[in-house]
Amino acid sequence: MSENNRIAGGEAVLRCLLEEGVDIMFGYPGGQIMPFYDNLFHYTNRINHILTRHEQGAIHMAQGYARVTNKVGVCVVTSGPGATNIVTGLADAMMDSTPIVAITGQVPSTLLGTDAFQETDIIGITMPITKWNYQITSADEIPAAMAKAFYIARTGRPGPVLIDITKDAQIAFMDYSYKKCEHVRSYFPYPKIDPTIISEAAKLINEAKKPLILAGHGIALSNANSELKELAHKADIPVATTLLGMHDIDSDDPHYVGMLGMHGNYGPNIKTNEADVIIAIGLRFDDRVTGNKATYAKQAKIIHIEIDKSEIGKITTPAIGINADAKVALRALLKEVKINTHKEWLAEFDKTHGIETEKIINRDCYPTEGMIKMGEVVKLISNKTKGEAIVCTDVGQQQMASARYYDFKDGSEFVTSGGLGTMGFGLPSAIGAKVGRPEKQVVVFIGDGGFQMTIQELGTIRQSKIPVKIVILNNHFLGMVRQWQERFFDERYSFVDIPSPHFTKIAEGYDIKALYVDKREDLENAIDQMLASKDCFLLDIRVEKKENILPMIEPGAGVSDIKLE
Amino acid sequence: MEKNQYTIVVFTENKIGLLNHVTIVFTRRKINIESLTVSESEIKGIHSFTIVINSTKEAVEKVVGQLERLVEVMKAFYYENDELISQEIALYKIPFSAIENGVEMGRFLRNNDARILEIQKEYIVIEKTGLYKETQDLLEKLRPFGLLEFVRSGTIVITKPMKSLETYIKELDDKHDSMPQI
Repeated sequence: MSENNRIAGGEAVLRCLLEEGVDIMFGYPGGQIMPFYDNLFHYTNRINHILTRHEQGAIHMAQGYARVTNKVGVCVVTSGPGATNIVTGLADAMMDSTPIVAITGQVPSTLLGTDAFQETDIIGITMPITKWNYQITSADEIPAAMAKAFYIARTGRPGPVLIDITKDAQIAFMDYSYKKCEHVRSYFPYPKIDPTIISEAAKLINEAKKPLILAGHGIALSNANSELKELAHKADIPVATTLLGMHDIDSDDPHYVGMLGMHGNYGPNIKTNEADVIIAIGLRFDDRVTGNKATYAKQAKIIHIEIDKSEIGKITTPAIGINADAKVALRALLKEVKINTHKEWLAEFDKTHGIETEKIINRDCYPTEGMIKMGEVVKLISNKTKGEAIVCTDVGQQQMASARYYDFKDGSEFVTSGGLGTMGFGLPSAIGAKVGRPEKQVVVFIGDGGFQMTIQELGTIRQSKIPVKIVILNNHFLGMVRQWQERFFDERYSFVDIPSPHFTKIAEGYDIKALYVDKREDLENAIDQMLASKDCFLLDIRVEKKENILPMIEPGAGVSDIKLE
Repeated sequence: MEKNQYTIVVFTENKIGLLNHVTIVFTRRKINIESLTVSESEIKGIHSFTIVINSTKEAVEKVVGQLERLVEVMKAFYYENDELISQEIALYKIPFSAIENGVEMGRFLRNNDARILEIQKEYIVIEKTGLYKETQDLLEKLRPFGLLEFVRSGTIVITKPMKSLETYIKELDDKHDSMPQI
């Protein structure tokens, strides 16, 4: 390995990655990224490269890794199909504000635009789904472009950046020197706070009778969990979270009142339309949160704290918009927010929680007859991991069951595809999360549908010995679509029936320990075995075939019309 | 909601592909671009896009927000027509026979604030600057002569507010940090 500074472009990329603190990346080689991979051969003692089984797996792993480490996730793939295979992951990372640097190989610069073998215009394709992208055609550009890529990916509202490097730029020699990027002229990641706006917001909060905090992904992204807790306690305000905000606050916290949105908790949804002041922090009022926005929180004065200015006023009309990093804004607010109590208002949430417990939660989590239910599995695992695991999910019913019934305590993480709703996200994101935080128990809940979308990553688990715990909540149905067909399409079950294979046999082929469970009396023991295992372990749990996830805000309905049955 | 004509001015870095980036924002919201002009601004290296659309005020505000979100966009503004001084340029190619047939071309052009750019054996090229309506009027008047070719530029605008681009950019720098201040 040469430490001299006259090096090939491919090696320069690696040196840049080291400068940015990257020690793990996920990837898949191919023709136009081969010079880079040849350089990587000499760097494996400094960078751990996880070889995946599909490029989509590589980017979802990078996403899982980024989500639990707050570092930039890196994936490397080849041109053409390699590059197009990461498109879903880029779109997902864009929606869920995940810092990613994706490196794609590209045909030599002399062949650009000629429909060369495995050439695709990945810059054009990924423009709307990356925070920034750039094509490097000369080795000299590598350090500056890489520095800018990492700076843009992790600052402000994080997001995915794609760097496309032509093969000749990887091969050519250049004089290497690196300077971290700390400023981009046209990019304004951290707005300074206007103190008068903070005072106005504090005044609203201090005078509120029924204040409600809505906490989103921005809390975790700006590491503002303790500030959120302090605000909730100081001013005695209930905290509801979005799907991606589940780990913002300890579920045991007396101020935590549950999840917002379509399959969220009863209380926070109906109380959204009763609160007088709503403090929305680090979220974008997704339609799955607001339901029908014409009837959403019309009575409330909304304070919207959000680092992405274009999100303020995009869906709701806030009384006060605070364009700032959540942590910075909360710290400023805390200086002016007064100690307060809202005992009766908080008690109302206990009442709604009581109704939901009686009508739904007990039935979902503690059934005594019939087939195993999703909620029951999640609750058992939640108890046995003390609510401290990293929980990953796929998309659909098991995702909602996981969010609803895992009791997220301090130190837990929730990794799920929120905005894009990407089936197949679960397994690879769990691999990435485990690689990023090997000391944590990582459990992934997956449906039998989503599992088969990225099932090949069992090969990655086998090769790289990644001890994730895989829980398949198997109903032989595309459950969420089936639920909609039952409710809104007169039970016409159009192409949702998937007779799934014997997953334990598939696991066996990958040397992964697995158990099939279809009886309630076997469930606890199987979970114990799985959690105790030092290796990867798969549970194929046969659950009720036609379970419905409730409550539900039906499409077109408002948050206060949430249905309990 | 009522649709009006809005002019969006976007100041950007001069980077390959940025036009694509900018137009995608409009495409996503299914807004048609009526005219588009790109040129370097008074500050070297900063380009300005002048984009005319017909849309609702709400949609325009959101588009401007989405534009400013792009990493290489410095600042975007939107204006209604009364906040702007705007011009377009139009070129008309008509057969030389139009003059031979006894039209008093000199007076005609003076009356229409137009001028001849080029005279060839077979054709003449006329140039006119003005608002859309004015260049369109001349187009209609020239049609009877057998119009051979017509082209009109996008709208370019000067804004009435007195704040300079440099001031805006300085303000942006003053109002932002590159790293979180915690």
